[in-house]
Amino acid sequence: MPGLCRSDPNNEGAAAPGPSSSERRTFNSTARLRTDSVKKSRPLFPWFGMDIGGTLVKLVYFEPKDITAEEEQEEVENLKSIRRYLTLNTAYGKTGIRDVHLELKDLTLCGRTGNLHFIRFPTQDLPVFLQMGRDKHFSSLHTTLCATGGGPTSLKLHKLDELECLIRGVLYIDSVMPRECYYFENPTDPDHCVERPYPLENPYPMLLVNIGSGVSILAVYSENNYKRVTGTSLGGGTFLGLCCLLTGCSSFEDALEMASEGESTRVDKLVRDIYGGDYERFGLPGWAVASSFGNMMSKEKRETVSKADLARATLVTITNNIGSITRMCALNENIERVVFVGNFLRVNTLSMKLLAYAMDYWSKGQLKALFLRHEGYFGAVGALLELLHSS
Amino acid sequence: MAECVGVDSSTSAHTMDKSIILPPDEIFRNLENAKRFAIDIGGSLTKLAYYSTVQHKVAKVRSFDHTAKEAHSDKLYEISVQEEVTARLHFIKFENTYIETCLDFIKDHLVNTETKVIKATGGGAHKFKDLIEKKLGLKVDKEDEMTCLIKGCNFVLRNIPHEAFVYTKHADSEFRFQTTHPDIFPYLLVNIGSGVSIVKRFDELLQLASKGQHTSVDMLVKDIYGGSYGSLGLTGDLIASSFGKSATADKEFPKEDMAKSLLHMISNDIGQLACLYAKLHNLSRVYFGGFFIRGHPVTMHTITYSINYFTKGEVQALFLRHEGYLGAIGAFLKGAEEDNPNQYRWVENYAGSSGLMSVSPDMNPMQRARSGTFDMLEMDRLERQLVKLPLLQDPSSYIPDTVDLTEDALAREYWLFCFEDALDGVVQRAVASQPDLPEAPERAEKFRQKYRHKLQTLRHQPFAYGSLTVRSLLDTREHCLNEFNFPDPYSKIKQRENDLALKYYLKAVKALEKLEWEDRQLALVSGVLAGNVFDWGAKAVSDVLESDPEFGFEEAKRQLEERPWLVDCYDQWFERLKGPPHRCALFFVDNSGVDIILGVIPFVRELLSRGTEVVLASNSGPALNDVTNGELQILTERIAAMDPVIQSGLRDERLMLVQSGSSSPCLDLSRLDKVLATLVRERKTDLVIIEGMGRAIHTNYYAMLSCESLKMAVIKNSWLADRLGGKLFSVVFKYEPTGAAVP
Repeated sequence: MPGLCRSDPNNEGAAAPGPSSSERRTFNSTARLRTDSVKKSRPLFPWFGMDIGGTLVKLVYFEPKDITAEEEQEEVENLKSIRRYLTLNTAYGKTGIRDVHLELKDLTLCGRTGNLHFIRFPTQDLPVFLQMGRDKHFSSLHTTLCATGGGPTSLKLHKLDELECLIRGVLYIDSVMPRECYYFENPTDPDHCVERPYPLENPYPMLLVNIGSGVSILAVYSENNYKRVTGTSLGGGTFLGLCCLLTGCSSFEDALEMASEGESTRVDKLVRDIYGGDYERFGLPGWAVASSFGNMMSKEKRETVSKADLARATLVTITNNIGSITRMCALNENIERVVFVGNFLRVNTLSMKLLAYAMDYWSKGQLKALFLRHEGYFGAVGALLELLHSS
Repeated sequence: MAECVGVDSSTSAHTMDKSIILPPDEIFRNLENAKRFAIDIGGSLTKLAYYSTVQHKVAKVRSFDHTAKEAHSDKLYEISVQEEVTARLHFIKFENTYIETCLDFIKDHLVNTETKVIKATGGGAHKFKDLIEKKLGLKVDKEDEMTCLIKGCNFVLRNIPHEAFVYTKHADSEFRFQTTHPDIFPYLLVNIGSGVSIVKRFDELLQLASKGQHTSVDMLVKDIYGGSYGSLGLTGDLIASSFGKSATADKEFPKEDMAKSLLHMISNDIGQLACLYAKLHNLSRVYFGGFFIRGHPVTMHTITYSINYFTKGEVQALFLRHEGYLGAIGAFLKGAEEDNPNQYRWVENYAGSSGLMSVSPDMNPMQRARSGTFDMLEMDRLERQLVKLPLLQDPSSYIPDTVDLTEDALAREYWLFCFEDALDGVVQRAVASQPDLPEAPERAEKFRQKYRHKLQTLRHQPFAYGSLTVRSLLDTREHCLNEFNFPDPYSKIKQRENDLALKYYLKAVKALEKLEWEDRQLALVSGVLAGNVFDWGAKAVSDVLESDPEFGFEEAKRQLEERPWLVDCYDQWFERLKGPPHRCALFFVDNSGVDIILGVIPFVRELLSRGTEVVLASNSGPALNDVTNGELQILTERIAAMDPVIQSGLRDERLMLVQSGSSSPCLDLSRLDKVLATLVRERKTDLVIIEGMGRAIHTNYYAMLSCESLKMAVIKNSWLADRLGGKLFSVVFKYEPTGAAVP
């Protein structure tokens, strides 16, 4: 099982799949041969990976489905209760949610077969989550919680490098999940813009844009060769923060819902608002935004816009800005494939289509925007892989 | 003079626009000769540009006709004041609120009817098209905005020294002006416009922002990671997510904090995008302009911070003193193409230009209240081409000025005091120079007010016109004197002293000829130095000269410091003289009278006798009692009539007189008359002599030349002498052998 338990002796540092996808998808048989040795080195259950972001904590949990009767007897009670609690519910406390549609079934990890669950809850509720763990006597288990991202330093976590986890997570999920990666065909034609699977067979080099609360942009040349090109503080946190201030909404979902009903051109000043049409001399189309929120300087116009319009304009502003910066980085790094991940894109088709449009239009078709179904969970997956890898 | 009603923050702008009364001699000047109008109308500010011709009084000297000699007593030449017409560019910036009043005013005062078209650019050009056409009766001809910006930017970078600056919030001087690069390209221009329609509210927002704390609204790296993110080099205080905290915290945020967060967000974003573009196109200079910047320290700081952060110092964020005018200048240039404005050099007129931030609310509220929101830039056309001295060792690093008063607070305080203190004397001198004109005292009084106002501005904003230097203080004074038609207050004094000194010329030369070669060399140098004591520009000397006109050359020699002088390279110079003669010496001369006639000419005579050709460079226009090219022509003719050495030198073109291209008591070796530069090259000049405090101490003291150089001056200012470790009348004699050998 290359990539997870260091089964390839020629590739000591490798923790994620190799380049060939056919090889990657047939790992089960080879892995079985090594089960005995693997068994000794694999960590005790439960297997978690956690990514503590600025806004959300992302948790992946591996639920073994191949538990033998012998194991079932050995399994301590509280471990059993955790397993049941997590897998039988889809919501935890007031704010924890399991993304059931993302669950990966019949996955084999370190010789064990099971399901991979994807759970998230707001970072501000982390203490509640930890308390819950204590209530369920989680701390009595001999386990390491591998975590990446931020989080209070008081937590006793096995902290991992965020970007490394992210890249490993992306490469791993793509290797086990068919149709994980997709793109929009005809991005500049709204009537014919359709989602299509994209085989990420030879992913390098790629620009990996992680849009969480803030944004990190990585140039990935190979599994272990990557760099953070730049980042911007204008990310998902900015979108939600500004939406809360402008519209009084309180959740990402509300903000997105409002945005979907609004019209940004009432808020933004467009090129055609200034020049009456296209600014041909410099190739600027009339519909391009000349000044984000530019119309809001006028009192009359402020009175005519709705909260939905403001939410939409905020979404468009943040998304376009990420698009601009990404495009410049792609040009500077000479990379044509851009993979967008992060929870900002969760249930956010508006932004994804906008990014696809912007990449295609401004690069005259040179750049391709790619998206992954597990959007925000790659860091947590990477952390889980690290747990299995390091033990 | 009409009252200028400014915008008072307590009254609404709407009630003001009709009641404003424009002072014609202050705001839209020379409209009677104006032509080629251009207008740039932004969302909030209008910039008007036009070209005018200005009638100046200039003092001309003319040799007397020899046949009529007896009728004119013993005077060497006559001085007449003539009218001269020069070209000037006017740029005026004002709030859109006043546009109608301004258009009416222009219509009422416009005499020239040849003008049929007004070039227009900017977002508001469309909106105000009908109004302009109706009010002025001119056809509005629209020009592309970005093309105008770029044309304007090229123009200011080429013509205005110290146009661009770096902003550093916590440095001794916040503004670090860049010396003009000979090659201005390539650069990135970032124009942060906005279509902001109300200046006051925008400025209020910035003021609000400057009081806020962004950390309560923004999510910082340390908020997520508990500290810095070492492996990525991200410090804890870095913003991870702008406005990131406003989504989670259930509380009201202070407006100041949100404004600050917004300012950071926008500035960082612009900075980041600019860096990415700069990197893509491999550019290291990025100029920022537009409404967002407008000289606001807080935006300049955040943009600079952002650029430094994103490029790790590889790219420089530069700002422009006249960024607000770029569009108007560009539109004007488009309209004036047939006048070939780009073919000429233009110079900023300090008297007619507002300084940087003249209308910035947080910088000078008093001034803002007085002059409203009118900001002006005037540029005079130079009739001759200016180029750099071919003998500069490294033209790109050459800085004429020895001390940057923007950075040196002590020196600044002293010199501002010194110029203020000398103002009474200058006013008296100006009045005395025009005894036949009864209104001279009134004009002189206006000059006093204007220059004093400039000094006050500079005291509060030393950076108002670029780096503040002794040179810029002197030049500003000359510009102000010219503005009020005192073209040459020292003309009569110069005339009298030239007459007097000429009488002693032969006697002085004969005395020198009697000396042995060795003694003569020292006597010649001492002569130049003693002559240099005669200087009306220096307060210490002008006091003596005024009280005792008999203060003689011999007495001056006695006043000179004994050797070793404060800076004494005489022995090296003397050794050098034993060697082969120089091919050609370029001599930048200083004062008229004793200085040029009894000091410089005998020294030049010796050089000629050694077989060295001499180019005498004197000012094109008057400055203090410095000898002008016109005066020097007549003086040398008269000397030639007495002295065969000078006569043959002139005849054989071994002694040449050229104008420097300057009308300043100081010297900028990067802006010299093209004829001078050509001659220097043709004659293979291998020695440059710079004489006097203004040219060799205040400027060029550290100038590195690619040939031998002599810098000679007597320090006639006790403060400066003290600073250099000497005393009054200390001597600087700096001989520098060839810096970089030229084959």
